[in-house]
Amino acid sequence: MYALPAAAPPAPQRQVLVGVALAVMAAVMMTGSMLAVWALQRRDAIDFQGSWLPDGVTIPEVPTNVMLLAFVGICVFGQWAVYSAKNDDRGHTILALGCTFLVGLLVINAQAYVYTQMNLGIADGTYAAMFYAITGFFMVLMIIGLLFTTVAAFRFIGGRSADRELLTAHALYWYAMSAIYAGIWFLVYVTK
Amino acid sequence: MTTIESSPEVVAAVSNASVDADSTSWLDRFVDVFTSTDHKVIGRHYFASGLVGLLAIVVVNILIAVERLDGANITLDVEVIPQLLDAQRVGLVFAVLLPLAMAMSVAFVPLQVGARAIVFPRLAFAGFWMWLGGAIITVVALVNNGGTLGGDSDMVDLFIVGLGVMAIGLTSTAGSVVTTILTTRAPGMTMRRVSPSTWSAMVFNLGVILVMPVFVGTLTYLFLDHRYARTGFGGNEGILDWVGWIFTQPATFLFAIPAVGMLVEIFPITFGKRTPARGVMFAGLALVGVAALGAITQQNLQNLPWAGSQLSASNLDEKARDLVPYVLFNGLPLIGVLLVLLVALQIARPVEGMRIKVSPAVFFAFFGYGMVFVGMLGNMLYAIDDAGVQGTVFEEATLVYIVYGAVLGAMGALVHWAPKLWGRQLNNGAAITLAFAGVAATILATFPLYIAGLLDQPAGVAYDDSDLEVWNILSLVGHGLMAVTALAFVLLMLTSLLGRHDDDAVGDDPWNGQTIEWGTTSPAPRDNFVDVPIIHSAEPMLDLRAASAAPTNGSDS
Repeated sequence: MYALPAAAPPAPQRQVLVGVALAVMAAVMMTGSMLAVWALQRRDAIDFQGSWLPDGVTIPEVPTNVMLLAFVGICVFGQWAVYSAKNDDRGHTILALGCTFLVGLLVINAQAYVYTQMNLGIADGTYAAMFYAITGFFMVLMIIGLLFTTVAAFRFIGGRSADRELLTAHALYWYAMSAIYAGIWFLVYVTK
Repeated sequence: MTTIESSPEVVAAVSNASVDADSTSWLDRFVDVFTSTDHKVIGRHYFASGLVGLLAIVVVNILIAVERLDGANITLDVEVIPQLLDAQRVGLVFAVLLPLAMAMSVAFVPLQVGARAIVFPRLAFAGFWMWLGGAIITVVALVNNGGTLGGDSDMVDLFIVGLGVMAIGLTSTAGSVVTTILTTRAPGMTMRRVSPSTWSAMVFNLGVILVMPVFVGTLTYLFLDHRYARTGFGGNEGILDWVGWIFTQPATFLFAIPAVGMLVEIFPITFGKRTPARGVMFAGLALVGVAALGAITQQNLQNLPWAGSQLSASNLDEKARDLVPYVLFNGLPLIGVLLVLLVALQIARPVEGMRIKVSPAVFFAFFGYGMVFVGMLGNMLYAIDDAGVQGTVFEEATLVYIVYGAVLGAMGALVHWAPKLWGRQLNNGAAITLAFAGVAATILATFPLYIAGLLDQPAGVAYDDSDLEVWNILSLVGHGLMAVTALAFVLLMLTSLLGRHDDDAVGDDPWNGQTIEWGTTSPAPRDNFVDVPIIHSAEPMLDLRAASAAPTNGSDS
């Protein structure tokens, strides 16, 4: 009988962090491809029609800039949660997660405001369809992020305060969302 | 018999658990089929679906081949032909190649890395159900006049949704597999010690995670534009312009990597040797992936735009500018698979006293590798404008070469690891016969189309030159033989799976395997290993056999 020596059961090795990193990689690839196609269509539209933004449509710049600034806050709060958890400061961890959630809601609210102010129907041409596709996908990512924050907060409220890896993964997710929004902000809202 | 050392308490606990498992009701077992967290069950689902997909797509290929017998007349309904061509293109990649490659990853990788389970098993299984749901949606859309040339607008929308759902499902499962490889390897198993199959699974699954989101992102635009605007993306006829890259080369190279990896998985076992130059072999497999990814992003630079007398020594700088990207994007994947072949040949080099243990899997793996390699060579020729094969059936032949080659690799994997999945092995003689039938079918189905492409038979089903008929007849024979091979393989597998005879039952290590999955029981228990073993080399089972065979002072162990 051949026998391999048995090891002690191995400790989990950052599975959530690696899983979230892979998910973030997929999200970045998807947004990157959508922005690339956006840039291509924009170039063609400007070449053939002279403009990309449909006539009569104005992008409200204040809420889009506020969203960019909000992401600075989200990153700070996400990292604050990691820092507090490492210091076994349960109260501040939950407070930081709560702040992350609230600022995330602010971003969704600002995007809804952009939708209402632009008064653009989804069937109003290629620009409209693409605008709703890319910003809609971003809203889906935001909602997933808020659910992630909620789950992380409830786990800490429930007493699983040793679960720091989850908070690192949570912070990584929001860093990636910030990078994704920066791309959307520049290509969709600034260069128009 | 080979086993893993276990503490008595653990053995007792596992025994009790297995008694409980045996006493579960049929309803529990039925529910387990749909909700299991066992990676072997999920992998079996992918295998079964991929083989069903293969049978369906071979039928589609036969219908197309029958239609091509007379290039001047249309036998089938004119509206059916675009749907058939769509079904062939989409089906070969999404219903055959991808699920079978994913099956090889999900079913065997956790066993090979010494993990007790796949990470995020529910995500992996949800991914399977999403893929299956997307496949059914796509079939419904194609049957009801959807597809890239379909006439029913709603069905075209449904077609796009189906493709997207399949891609999201496969990405979910891929995330689960990569996380498993990166985080749950047994103690001592560094990345340099993982098996070739595990490495190819990681390259393939990382590729899926990088490529599928790009596909889904573009599909999102296509869906919204087709449904609401229809101005920016060319309607349904524009679908292939925007996302056609995933149904053809070089994307298929990425999806065929697990089949390439099978060659260097099986050869060391067959020739009873350790794998030399593992770094070179890993680099070769990774090179295929990286080069394919690079080529996907730069499709407009892959062709060699030479026509006429371009081999003269004039305008060398311009020619170099054309040649460098062509060689980079078409030559690097070939260099990758050649490196793998070099390592395999090094293993197969005869040495004194070498004992060869031939298993059916070695034939499947070798033939599968060969077909993928020929497909890659064909793609290199296809990219030369001067060859004049673009827009001909040559491209279809290349795709079929790659997919059928990968199918042979997947069949080899099933033959090899069947003992770990259901505790029995397939009949060796029948399996070897099917390996030869499979390679003959692939060559017959595709090589005549290479010739027909070189003779300018256009893509699609119509052509004017009656001299081309003979090549299309041969191709039909090839697809027919592949249908028989696939059906016979499924029957052989079912005979083994459902067999009540003990003749096919095998020990824990019927092939003298080298990696740790051969150290657990056949079939592998739900948690794979009673205790997770410690790994000291890339071939731990070979080490054990060597230590056991070595003379000891005093008593035998």
